[in-house]
Amino acid sequence: MSAPDLLYSEVEEDLRAGVRRLLRDRCDWTSVLARCESDQPYDLDLWRTLAGELGLAALLVPEELGGAGASARELGVVAEELGRAVAPVPFLGNLLATTALTECADAEGVRELLPRLSDGSLVGTVAVPLTTAPHAPFPSAVKAEGATLTGTITSVVDLEVADRVLVPATDEDGPALYLVDTSAAGVTTTPATPLDLTRRIGTLDLSAVVAQRVGGDAVRVLRRALTVAAGTLASEQTGLAQLCLDSTVEYALTRYQFGRQIASFQAVKHRLADLWSGVSTARAAARGAADALTGSGEETELAVAVAQAYCSDLVVLAAEEALQLHGGIGMTWEHPVHLYLGRAKSSQLAFGIAERHRARIAELVGLES
Amino acid sequence: MSAVTAEELRERVRAFLAEHDPAVEDRLDFLRARFDAGLAWVHYPVGLGGLAAPRQLQQVVDAELEAAGAPDNDPQRIGIGLGMAAPTILKFGDDEQRRRYLRPLWTGEEVWCQLFSEPGAGSDLAALSTRAVRDGDEWVVDGQKVWTSLAHTARFAILVARTDPELPKHKGLTYFLCDLTDPGVEVRPLRQITGEAEFNEVFLTGVRIPDSQRLGEVGQGWQVAMGTLMNERVAIGGSNTARESGMIGVVAEQWRQHPELRTPGLHDRLLRLWVEAEATRLTGQRLRQQLAVGSPGPEGSAVKLAFARLNQQISGFELELLGEAGLTYDDWTFRRPDTTDFTSRSAGYRYLRAKGNSIEGGTSEVLRNIIAERILGLPAEPRTDKDVPWKELPR
Repeated sequence: MSAPDLLYSEVEEDLRAGVRRLLRDRCDWTSVLARCESDQPYDLDLWRTLAGELGLAALLVPEELGGAGASARELGVVAEELGRAVAPVPFLGNLLATTALTECADAEGVRELLPRLSDGSLVGTVAVPLTTAPHAPFPSAVKAEGATLTGTITSVVDLEVADRVLVPATDEDGPALYLVDTSAAGVTTTPATPLDLTRRIGTLDLSAVVAQRVGGDAVRVLRRALTVAAGTLASEQTGLAQLCLDSTVEYALTRYQFGRQIASFQAVKHRLADLWSGVSTARAAARGAADALTGSGEETELAVAVAQAYCSDLVVLAAEEALQLHGGIGMTWEHPVHLYLGRAKSSQLAFGIAERHRARIAELVGLES
Repeated sequence: MSAVTAEELRERVRAFLAEHDPAVEDRLDFLRARFDAGLAWVHYPVGLGGLAAPRQLQQVVDAELEAAGAPDNDPQRIGIGLGMAAPTILKFGDDEQRRRYLRPLWTGEEVWCQLFSEPGAGSDLAALSTRAVRDGDEWVVDGQKVWTSLAHTARFAILVARTDPELPKHKGLTYFLCDLTDPGVEVRPLRQITGEAEFNEVFLTGVRIPDSQRLGEVGQGWQVAMGTLMNERVAIGGSNTARESGMIGVVAEQWRQHPELRTPGLHDRLLRLWVEAEATRLTGQRLRQQLAVGSPGPEGSAVKLAFARLNQQISGFELELLGEAGLTYDDWTFRRPDTTDFTSRSAGYRYLRAKGNSIEGGTSEVLRNIIAERILGLPAEPRTDKDVPWKELPR
């Protein structure tokens, strides 16, 4: 096994600059907060721009299938920037859907669908609870009889803006994946009130819904999609943690108490120094996962589990430190720290809490209980 | 001279090996010839063991020579010379000093140590009180140094001494190269909580150092010392490691071999430590990759902080894991090892020795200040000693 490349290439830095510029213009936190309280919490115009102009909706989809044909390394850089902006776009759900569907591109209709998921004209997601860990058993909430699906799946990410949902179901042959059009008869979607106002979840009810079975080894395909999403989430968490650190440093330099900047107190300085160390470490772990995702197998699983086990706790620490060091203003609605905290805590739960990833690591490196 | 390419370098090493067969040539002869051929540290200047080549090409040379069974220059024992003395002599020394010291330093014929810390000046290095008073072409040095690794085997030391107590503390310092065989140098082992003496106290009484062994200008000692310590930080944060190397590997092996010791609570703690160690290892790897492409990042400080905390947590955990066996210690015999050995001694030794990791090479508290001020741009700690003559400072 060769050592992972943990740096950013020039191409990746260029991509980052482009995404950051667009998000700075189109996704400032006041508009994010205003949007969260409206009946359109997602910014689909922004999403279509990100997808159409920068190709972000389907970085991993090969060019011949309408995607950008990039690697998980570029995907990680984009995720960092989206995390940094706490952007209300259906990135994660669409990533799950496009990754899974790319693996089943031979199935009827999928080849035509991928370009539309890639250019942002359609949004996709995968119907698993967002807390599902990559190595979790195949879900059994939906039964398929013939090509008719019945069952309920809770906490499906980005469901309220999804046009297509890939549903793991059990049919007479065992685990399978079915493609559902959310406008089809028998489909009900119910948004939940989310802790993370910028990333929504909802319940998918299927009542004798006619759906199309897509090919491939369903267990392997779902696991790959969840592994890619979990590994990429580590980069998003790193970006968000960096945002928490940067805005707290900025605040501590401008806020005066006892006649001096609060950033001049050693107690504050040391907490920020420790947080900076944590963010540096998270970045290395997340880059390790992004690099490993260009391959597959147990080394990839291990790198992703390490990144999730580290980054998902670190991002929560970063948001909680940000809140504390902002003092009273950090507790208010008018300051964006609560958006960071909601995203951080929810993303800690996404694809399994750190403890579940540690359990997987134990299996992979022979440290069982 | 245009930059050497990897292929040219490989050719050069092969040509060198054709003339110097490591299987038959004397070890020292081989190392001296390697130095003279510019293959010691390729990024050093021509004539001083290098080829003025990009630093990252060193690995090309090392790989070729290792494959040929060439002797190494014992990097463990001469680490201070290689990591601290050599870059400082290269940067601040004159031609005469570079020619005199660099070759025997690199071959390991002359071991170096570092006379910086004092009983009254550790993290606050600029507070040091060892005096150097000019007497004609010589300096007369009096004082006491502490925490000196290798002083009992070293021939030379890099030394910082106070040459003007009337100036504020950072301004009155000067940097010297001290010959430890000179009269007035006394090295005493410093026994530590582990029972052994990795370090020494060094007493300097009327030691006469020729002015030709001064490095940099009189009063420039602080700047020279900072250059040295930058190199030390890179050395500490930059070592190349495999997964589960170091203490986490030791404790993971204990876990695998002793199912009877396992509990659910210990299991989760072990895995938390394992993840921290792996993520910290990757951070160090990222730092090395930045160094290799010529853009060193500040992650070395993060790695040192994390390494100290982790070593202490892991070694404390290991004693709890071992239970009854954790009550015992392997060997309190007074010994003077050349290197710190975290893996082959007992858990009790690791526990005690790791306490030093957050103190040596800059305490974790001072490191946090450095990160906060230099990296995050936060205000500096209030200083009451900055413009006061050193002799008026409370001590």
